[in-house]
Amino acid sequence: MTTTYRICPRSGLQFDTNAEKLMRWHAVAGVLSLLVGGIMALGVILTRWPAVKLLEADVFYMVLTAHGIDMLIFWIIFFEMAVLLFASSTLLRCRMATPKLGWVSFWLMAIGAIMTNVAIFQGESSVMFTSYVPMQAKWHFYLGLILFAVGALLTCFIFLGTLVVAKAEKTYEGSIPLVTFGALTACIIAIFTIASGAVILIPTLLWSLGYIREIDSLMYRTVWWALGHSSQQINVSAHVAIWYAIAAIVFGAKPMSEKVSRSAYFLYILFLQLASAHHLLSDPGLGSEWKVVNTSYFMYFAVLASMIHGMTVPGAIEQAQRLKGYNKGLFEWLRKAPWGNPAFSSMFLSLIGFGFLGGISGVMMGAEQLNMLIHNTIYVPGHFHATVVIGTTLAFMGLTYFLVPVLFKRELLFPGYAKMFPYLFGLSMYMVALVMMGAGTLGVARRHWDMAFAGSPMAYEWPGAAYLMMGLTGIFGTIACVSGGLWILQIVFSLLFGKKLEEGEMRSTPIPLTLPAPTPGGAAHPPATPGTMVLALIFLTSFILYYFVNWKYLSSLWSMA
Amino acid sequence: MADQQEERIPVMQQVLDNPFLLLFLGITIPTVLYVLWGVMEIANIPVAR
Ligand code: HEM
Ligand SMILES: [Cu+2]
Repeated sequence: MTTTYRICPRSGLQFDTNAEKLMRWHAVAGVLSLLVGGIMALGVILTRWPAVKLLEADVFYMVLTAHGIDMLIFWIIFFEMAVLLFASSTLLRCRMATPKLGWVSFWLMAIGAIMTNVAIFQGESSVMFTSYVPMQAKWHFYLGLILFAVGALLTCFIFLGTLVVAKAEKTYEGSIPLVTFGALTACIIAIFTIASGAVILIPTLLWSLGYIREIDSLMYRTVWWALGHSSQQINVSAHVAIWYAIAAIVFGAKPMSEKVSRSAYFLYILFLQLASAHHLLSDPGLGSEWKVVNTSYFMYFAVLASMIHGMTVPGAIEQAQRLKGYNKGLFEWLRKAPWGNPAFSSMFLSLIGFGFLGGISGVMMGAEQLNMLIHNTIYVPGHFHATVVIGTTLAFMGLTYFLVPVLFKRELLFPGYAKMFPYLFGLSMYMVALVMMGAGTLGVARRHWDMAFAGSPMAYEWPGAAYLMMGLTGIFGTIACVSGGLWILQIVFSLLFGKKLEEGEMRSTPIPLTLPAPTPGGAAHPPATPGTMVLALIFLTSFILYYFVNWKYLSSLWSMA
Repeated sequence: MADQQEERIPVMQQVLDNPFLLLFLGITIPTVLYVLWGVMEIANIPVAR
């Protein structure tokens, strides 16, 4: 399959036309999954809002299953496949390897996603996102997931193949760019994720068809979380790469130190996936050595890596802004940032929310003893909405604003809404995450359609604050659903009816590599970044306080002394 | 300029520039420390009778 190359007049990026089309289809499939997942979110939130309690129990579990799977698997992974294609063929300025296989991969993923959704909405597969055995879904629920995973695996191989192409055809010199390196990290973690998924889902499929008599539930949980947790680490690697990309696109920011940022990604490759064990901290049968080695000794290296990224991204922005002359005081560089540019504001809200809400709570609950405080409470979804919604989803949504003109060649409609969106959606999600964590600290269960357990022998009298916080979850969750829904409308309308923009030059060969002009007079000494330093200190202080408050809380939970 | 081309690439950079080595590490480490070790512990739990 021969290809052509398009030079985007708005960004200067070069797109292999085959890859470009695939990116568009993956992005659109992702947004459609987000639409389904978002409608389901409304159902979930309106049921967990104690004053509303919209859905009956059986419908609630079906809706919750669809919400988890369409959001966390289909939306995010479809979008990530577009990111992999972009970070390889576009950023390396080369042709995409095996475009035909790319379409096989896309259709496997699409058919898989549809099949699993059909199974869920037929109503007999309400096993929720984790599909723990011995709960059994219909066979096509598992088969759909397997097809989707095989498709995604093919795109991972295409990504690696494209790296090989770029190297062989010498379209870049030295090391691959940092954003591509981040995508490589995501790709490697994805391959481990999908392999683990195959190991556990294929037997489960056979079990649902009656060929296997039994699957051990602890075995299932252990291998399943190698999939379930690692897939979140694909997201982290991908959205951190997007933070770097947006810093470069919006500010022309260069990484403070390529070496440090790459080493941080290297720590992700080595250690991030081990943290899967934090999902099993309260499970009997697995020893403390296994738990502690996987979630403490090694996992903290991965946490360190996230803190490095969390500092070097704003640090790079601070440097770029100071070079432009925003030098007054500690924070002029930040005050004068383009807060009206949705790509930037999404990225910055994503970074802060991911670090402060997702990161701190994650480390707290990843400690074996503290985990007992919040295990299986709504604290857990509170934590991961800070990571996968504020961290990943918001970064992807912000990047999409950039992709509408660049990849889809359309002018964005309703730019006024684009300015508001990151604050509306992002800040309401901050609140959702916070109040869910608050309610969880008081013990409110996750995955329960009725927190009061009305009419059951286990009925429990909650403090008023628990009801208040679940009510607030409902209110802010509704704002998040509505603003997210408007974002989907805005994007879909822009793609359908936005003004068509100029294609740009079409070429039959890629642009030859041009080396950047050497900076005259040697490299200027980059400016210091005191503002980022202060942000980091605020972060560490909050981290330490929160962590120890929870130990104190643990010690007072049971009056044993 | 000429001697810059001769410059030896640091070992760490060579590791980071080798995607397939990274792939190998990124799969082996969690497979051994998390999956195999975990599965072995579970397999060793005595069966109740
Ligand atoms: C639009 C805003 C959203 C709202 C208001 C929302 C709300 C919620 C709530 C309240 C729960 C907990 C239900 C319970 O345990 O009883 C939940 C679960 C979940 N959400 Fe969301 N969510 C939103 C978006 C997302 C996104 C974008 C993702 C992923 C990218 C996501 C992934 C999940 C997952 C994986 C679960 C767990 C499902 C399970 O327990 O099986 N959510 N959501
Ligand atoms: Cu996890």
